[in-house]
Parts: sequence; C-alpha cells; structure tokens
Amino acid sequence: MRILPAWLREFVNVAANDRQLAEDLTSAGIAVESVQEENGATIYEMDLTTNRVDAMNHYGVAREASAIYDVKLKKVSPMLPERKTRQSNSAVWRAPIGMTSFTKDELNADDSTTAEAFPIVIEDAQGCARYTARIVRNVKIGPSPQPVARRLELLGSRPINNAADATNYALNELGHPTHVFDLDLLEGGTIIVRRAREGEVLKTLDGVDRKLSTDDLVIADGRKPVALAGVMGGFDSMITERTKNVLIESAWFDPATVRSMAKRHLMHTDASHRFERGADWGITPLACDRVAELILASAGGELHGEQIDTVARKAERASIALHRSEVNRILGIDFDEDEIQRILGRLGFGVTRAPEGSFSIQIPTWRLDVEREVDLLEELARVHGYNQFPNTLPAFTGAVVTLPDEPKNAKLRETMLALGYDESISITFVSEQEAKAFASSHSSNTGLSGAPSLGGAPAEPLAIANPLSEEAGYLRTSLIPGLLNMVGYNLNRGNANVRLFEAGEVFEKLGDRSIEDERRHLGFVATGDAITKSVHSAAQPYTFFHMKGDVEELLAAFEHQELHFDDHTPPYFHPGRSARALMDGETVACFGQLHPDLATERKFRQEIYIAELMLERVYRHPLREPRYQRISKFPTVERDFSFIFDEAVTFERIRSAIEELGLGELQKFVPAEIFRGEKVGAGKYSVLLHAEFQSNERTLRDDEVAQWSAQIVVKLQSLGGVLRAQ
Amino acid sequence: MYTVPKLEDYSPEALDRAVADLRRALAEEEASISSQADWKAFRDRWLARKNGILTQLNNLWLKPCPADLKRTIGQIINTLRPEIEHFVTHGQSRDEDIRTVIDSLSKDALAADRLDITLPGIQRPIGVKHPVLRVMDEIVAVFKAMGYSVGEGPEVETDYYNFESLNFPPDHPARDTQDTLFIAGQESKPARDRLLLRTHTSPVQIRTMEQQPPPVRIVIPGKVHRNDPLDATHSPVFHQVEGLAVDTNITFCDLKGTLDHAMKALFGSSVKTRFYPSFFPFTEPSADMQVSCIFCGGKGCRKCKFSGWIELLGCGMVDPNVFDFVKHNGYDSSKISGFAFGMGVERIAILKYEVEEIQLFYEGDVRFLEQFA
Repeated sequence: MRILPAWLREFVNVAANDRQLAEDLTSAGIAVESVQEENGATIYEMDLTTNRVDAMNHYGVAREASAIYDVKLKKVSPMLPERKTRQSNSAVWRAPIGMTSFTKDELNADDSTTAEAFPIVIEDAQGCARYTARIVRNVKIGPSPQPVARRLELLGSRPINNAADATNYALNELGHPTHVFDLDLLEGGTIIVRRAREGEVLKTLDGVDRKLSTDDLVIADGRKPVALAGVMGGFDSMITERTKNVLIESAWFDPATVRSMAKRHLMHTDASHRFERGADWGITPLACDRVAELILASAGGELHGEQIDTVARKAERASIALHRSEVNRILGIDFDEDEIQRILGRLGFGVTRAPEGSFSIQIPTWRLDVEREVDLLEELARVHGYNQFPNTLPAFTGAVVTLPDEPKNAKLRETMLALGYDESISITFVSEQEAKAFASSHSSNTGLSGAPSLGGAPAEPLAIANPLSEEAGYLRTSLIPGLLNMVGYNLNRGNANVRLFEAGEVFEKLGDRSIEDERRHLGFVATGDAITKSVHSAAQPYTFFHMKGDVEELLAAFEHQELHFDDHTPPYFHPGRSARALMDGETVACFGQLHPDLATERKFRQEIYIAELMLERVYRHPLREPRYQRISKFPTVERDFSFIFDEAVTFERIRSAIEELGLGELQKFVPAEIFRGEKVGAGKYSVLLHAEFQSNERTLRDDEVAQWSAQIVVKLQSLGGVLRAQ
Repeated sequence: MYTVPKLEDYSPEALDRAVADLRRALAEEEASISSQADWKAFRDRWLARKNGILTQLNNLWLKPCPADLKRTIGQIINTLRPEIEHFVTHGQSRDEDIRTVIDSLSKDALAADRLDITLPGIQRPIGVKHPVLRVMDEIVAVFKAMGYSVGEGPEVETDYYNFESLNFPPDHPARDTQDTLFIAGQESKPARDRLLLRTHTSPVQIRTMEQQPPPVRIVIPGKVHRNDPLDATHSPVFHQVEGLAVDTNITFCDLKGTLDHAMKALFGSSVKTRFYPSFFPFTEPSADMQVSCIFCGGKGCRKCKFSGWIELLGCGMVDPNVFDFVKHNGYDSSKISGFAFGMGVERIAILKYEVEEIQLFYEGDVRFLEQFA
C-alpha cells in the first residue's frame, strides 16, 4: 500500500521532512518500506502488519503522526449542500482536497421520509452490523477531475470514472470501503442485506458469474443479489456513462463472513482486505458523506433526501483498566501519568484517570486490535520508541538440562563426519510411489523383530492435502529417496565420489496416535572411490564392506550384547549385497548396494551404496561407556589355519562355531585371506584363518596352544571344512 | 683378545697387574678402530650391559671376592669405569677422516631417501557439517551459555499447537501469512487436532510450558515447512531457532538486553541492535530486531541494501492469551511474564557465507558442502 505524505499532512501539521517522518513512523510500527519520488511527489511504500488495518489509509497514518509528534489531528467534516438547493455543475471541481477549509459537519438525524421512501433492511445482523446509504440524483458520469485522478495514479490505481473514483479516493483517505450502485438498475426500491439463496448467481464487476451459496452474504435489491457484501459489487448495477442516479453504500460487514466469502470465491479485493481485518463500525456515516461530497463535486447532481443509517447491532466496546504498575511490570520502565494520557489520547483513546495510578481507557471503534491492557502497553511502548528502553539481563534461578538424545545425536554426527561423510539436508517431500516403495514395512515385516506398527495396523504414508507438486505429495517414509536425489544431482554434475549423510525425521501413520508418526532416522549414501587415485596410491573403490564397517563403527557407540547381520533386506537393495543389522535381536539398520534396477531407473552408471539406521530403536541402547582392561604382559601366540569350505558356510557360521568352543585365551579369530578359483573348486572357497592366543596371567605353553588349535581344527572340520595347512 | 681373568690372588701386586693388563688392552683396542662398525663393536665389547667387560668386572672380580676386600675391589672398578667410558667416547671421534667418510656414507643413504615434500599430502577426507546446521549450532551455543536448555518438538504438528494455542484464532488472516502445508485426510477430526507441518518452531513453546512450570529458559532449534516451491529465494524446508524465557521478573528491557547480548556473542562485540514494532499473534508487544550490518559495520553496503542495518529476527513479550493455554501449569499471566524470539537460520547462513541461492543448501552438491570445512 502507498501513502502520499503530502496528503497526510493535510490532517496533521508535522515539521519533520518526508524522510524523517518516514523514519519516525517506522519506529512507531507504521513501517515505511521505501520512500520514492515520482512525478514530483513523495510516495511511501508501506509494509503494515496485518493487525493495523486502521492505519491502511492517510487519515490513519496521520493519527499516528499526531501521537508521535504530539500535534493536533484535524477532523474530517464533509461539507454537504442544503438539500435540493445545489445546481448540477459537473464541470467545476469545487471541493478542496484539503480538509482545512471544512466547517463543522452537517450530519443530521435520519430523515425518516427518505428512509421510508427507500427502505434498507438488514436481515442478517451477524453479517452486517450497519448499513449507511445516500442517494444522489442527476449525476453526470465522466472522468474524475485531475487532482483526484493524479492522486489515485500516484497510489497506483487506474482512475475509472468520477463515481467509482470517489469511493476509491475515500478508501485511501479514510480507510473505509464504500460502493456506488446505479440506482435505476436496482429493482423494487429497496436494499436488503441477506444470505444468498440456493441457486442464485451474481455476475461481479470483474465479469465473472459467481454461483452463490447460502453462506454468502449479499446486498440484494427487491429481486436479486446486486453485490457480494464487502467483496465486490455486481456487474449489472455498476456505474456506466448512462448512470443518472446513484446509491452510495457505506456498511460494516463481519470479518469472518467476508473472509470466508473471499476464500470461497478466490477473490481478494481492497474491500475484502479491510473488512476481513476489521473495519471501523463508527465511520460509515462519515465515509458515506465523504463519498457524496466527492461525487457532488465531480459529477454534480443533488442529494436526494438525507442519509439513511440502518444499525442492526452496535459495536459496543467495554473500557479497559490500565495500571501503571502493570506498565512497569511488563515493559520494565515507569511511564508518568501525563505521558500515558498524552500518547493514548492522541491515538484516539478515551482516557479517564482513576485512583492509584490507574486509568479507564475507552477504545475507539477503529482499533479492533486493542482488547486488553497488554495491547495498551504496546501502544505506549511503540509510541515511546522501543529503542528508548534500556537493555537489561534478567536474573535466573532454573537449571540447564540436556535432552536425552542430544549426546547420542552428537555422537553419531561426529562419527559420520569422521568417517568422511558430508552432512546434508534433503527436501522432506517424496512422490506417492517413493513413499510406498521405501516404507518401513519393507524393512521390518521380513524381520525377526516385531513390525514397527504400534497398533498392529499397517503403516501408511502421510499425504499432503495441498502439496507443492504431485512429485512432492507425500512426507518421506525413509531418508533414502532424498539421498538418492542428491547423489543423482552430484553424478549429473561430474562429482563421481560422493559420501553424504542426513539425520532427520521420517513419517508414517502407525495408528491413531499422531505425534508418534514421526521417527528419527540416519541415512547415508556412498559411491565412487573410498580412496581416490593420487600420485601416492591407486584408487580403491567403495564397497559393501566399507559401508558395513561404517555401520559397525556407528553401532559400536551403543551398549549391546550382540550385533548380528543377516540378508533380510527391503527390495530396493541388491539382494546379494545388502544386510540387515540386528542389535540384541531387533532390526536397527539396513544397508548395502542399491538394487541395479533402481540404479538403472535413475540412470546411475556406478554402484551406489545406501544405509539407513532406525534411531528410535538404536537409541533404546545407552551410549557405550568406555571400559578399561589391563593390557597383558605376556606374549601373544599366533596360529594360522588354511581351510576349504563350501560357499554355504559363511564366516558367521565359522565364527560362532569357534565361539562355542569357549576358549578363554583365544583373543582374536579373523579371516586373513580368501581365495576362490579353479584350484579350490566350484562352489568352494579357501580361507586363511588367523588366531591369536594370549593370557593375562602367564606365558602360554606350546602344548596348550597345540591342544586349542586341534580343537579349532576339529570344530571347523565339523562344518565340512577341509584343512589344507596349519 | 683380552678377556677378564678370574682373580685368585688378591695381593695388591696381583691386582695392579690385572688392572694394568686391562688398561693396555683398552688402549690397544681403541687405537685399532678404523670405521664406524669397529667403534660400535668396541663400544659394545666394553660397555654392553649384559656381557660387556665392565659388567664382567662386577661379576668376576667383585662378586666372588672375600667380604673384607669388597670395598677395595669396588673402588678399583669405580676408577676403571670412567676410563673405559672416556676411551669409548674418544674412540668415536678419534679419527676425523674416518668420521667424514662415515658421515658422507650415511648422508648418501639419506639423500637417496629424499622425498619431494612439496607433493600434496595424503588426505583422508573428513566430512563437513552442513552450513545451516553449523550456524544453528553456533546460535544454540550462545543461548546455552546464557542458561538456556535445548528443547524440541515434532515437525508434524496439530493445529492446536501450531496456531490455536499461539493465539491464531480459526480463520484469522494471520494464518494466511504462514503458507501452511496440511496433512490430508484430517477432515473427520476436530479442527484443533488436524495435522499439519509446523510452520514455525513456536509450538514447542507451548509444549515446553505444558511439561514444565516456570521458570523456563529454552532454546529450540528445528526444521519447519511452508508451501513455497524451492527456488533461489524460497524453500519449502527451512530451519528456525526459537527462544523462550518465562519467570516472575521478565520485562521488555530484558528481551532487548538478552538479544543484544546474544547478537554481540554471535557477531562480535561491536554489533548494535535496534527494535521496531511488529505483529505476531503470540507476542504483545511484538518487535522486529535489526543488527547493525555485520559486513560494513553500519556504513551501508550491498548486503544491507545501503541501510546499515539487517533485519534478523522477530520477538516480543509472550501474549497473556498464550499463557492462558497453560495456566493450569503455573502460568498465571498476572504473576509471571516472559519473552520469546525466533530467527531463520538459513537467512543468517546466507548472509554470513554470502550464498546467493537458498536451494544450494538442499541439493547436496559436494562441491558446495565441502567449502564449509
């Protein structure tokens, strides 16, 4: 919205120049976003907060200036001629733009004869609290006089004709939306404010036929709707060059009603903008007369009868008690009583002093945003100037506490960074297909552990009612799709070595509870080289076992009895190169190579490895406390065993078989080398197993070690292993 | 070769003879050193701890001798010890020419080991913190140091926490400014239970106050969502840091002082703050806070649009209507007061690192991310 400082200066006598005025208004919360010069006029581009609809016009801003500078605000008093005495004289612009010359207002009591001749009926007092109207006859519709047209143009509106421009001018001046009908196109000699009837249609000024619902509030004549109340006038009763007689409408419509209509019809107009936010119930007669004055001045004609002011309900506002002690308690400084009186008085509040530093404050009809004592405190603070308050620090007696998961999150993040993964954040939204393909059911229905669904119902992805696009119609059920998008982004730009991780929330409806639908996961992705080629060494590609090592490293930070890996993984993994990690019997992670079909679908030409940890499960385990063990002073004895096994014998089987032996001095048992090939035979592999024995109490004897080695050999042979060498 | 004899005769003459034999051998052997290897052998022969001649003297002379002679023999050995050490030391540098040869030999060997130390080092890549989260950590750390605990809340929220309890009445225009993304299929629920993606971290204010009676000092970092497609200046995902302090003594001056202190801790002690009236449904009075431009110091530059100031956050005194929603937990607005503030992390990261486009934060481009190491 724009404000012309020259216009507002007609209402207040401000010594400050336009730039200073802009700064002072901004400091008081009437934000002037920019000050520009255009065609010799200064223009303020305003950025007003939604609660200050009362300041969305020149008079309202002038009122603020009057409080800031403690100067008088001039009254607006339209000068209307004695009834039926004025000659039509559309050629001469007579009403001065400035208000200084106006005499006291000439508003009379209702002329009952006019009201009877043209009855205005408010059927819906909830939707319309007040409807003020005037009739002007014998107008000559034409272009507006230059001063009016120029001001409207400076404000960025296009002048239309003298009648329409009068409403627009008054809107910018006083902030109240009004409307002008062609009186002769209204049928039945009446105005009725009512809800629309089923099946009624109204063509609005923009030429669109609007199907009305019974929730719509309309202005109707004796037969049909002629305007969408507070939103837009009707096309069929609009002012044209043929218009001779007009009816001026200045009404107060209910904010919620107008808002719902504007939303329903997808219309946002200057009028609806103001009514939605709460217009001034008290200003309708003044705005009506101001429009009448402007029309008489620019289009000639004469008033027909008196103003018709129909009040369906009064906007009564209780007064508010204001205490100086409360001002001090919340704002932190003392205001003296004179300053309180001065600031609120200038803003139009009625101020009555009461005993013991308190006041009774009457709220003006235009300040719907002020309802409570604390709202008055804000008025005082902003006019006083926020920057005039000292900066202090409060004393505090509470304690600082840490969230239970904070150290765990920090540990995992630190580990991911140390392992060389860059931290990333992906967009939370995925397509329906992705939401379902990567749903948790895939990673746990197959599992030994229970599915995550709390109530037994299958997990459902959460759809967004108003998504950004179809591809972003769901909340992510996994971090994998986002990571794959980011890998794709990198590969498309020639970044072949990528390691990214993201810790974040995934969403699934697990039951009727709502907030539990959100769970924290850690996802990571790697592709390309684990060690890049350099002058010092050859490249080493990232493999499944790099990722497994990283998963092991992450999980080692948590207390557990047993960590087990199997091949039950969701279908988006390569079935032979992926694993599931179970910590004390519960699935906590899945990882491995992305299924080649998915890689092809996404046009990835290199192997992609992905992992996802379900942190809400991992976090059931406390962080591992370091434990000290005495370092043995006695020598280690090493033994190697070379065996041939069937491919079906996994290392896990070998390891657990050896573990069953319960050899206390066996400190280490690892595969050292693995061969496959013709010499070994199809379906078999040769493995060199490396064992280390050590005691904390003594040097081991050869015969003991020989006996343990023999036990190991027998155990391995029981798995079908063939001993090649020892 | 000299070997240490066993002593059978402990007469002074016999002892002198044995000492003389040893001294002669020591001098002769030292004189015959002609290389580094010779010297090492000489050194080890005489001084080796296990079976060097000096050690043998202890074993063959001192240990077996009669008790009354221990003292005499001990003194003899103590005299010989520095002599042997002297010869060993002398033997090393006896012949300068030999030393030079030896030095040059080892220098050649070292020269052959020489590396081009200007080649790049072998770097094991370390991951990089996301710039937005890095800035978020910095902000949180400042408030932690001021006695604030960290709070958190869900990203999928109910209408009640995101709007209603923050004094956004149903159908209020202020809701329009939030560009809310709603979860589908909520029509059958009461309005306040309907789910949406939280548009700000402010719901955690209420969640915290429901769980904890005053006093409260909490800082809430978190992710929020709005209905803005990703482009250079908008993102449907972004991060905020929210703060809340409630106690019996909190004033508007404390709000200003706390934020002024925090900004100085974040951007340096020369930074100034100023406050303008603003509007948020959940604070009254409400304010926008600006900092003096952290780039030009307030003189005016491109980044502050030549104003000298940068708008950084919204804040205000907690609205009594908000306290009314948690009144049962000790939040009686006639007895307690509080302030709240919230800032966009991306905005600060963009300013701080001069990132031109917000979408860079969400594309995962490693060439971008790795600049923030």
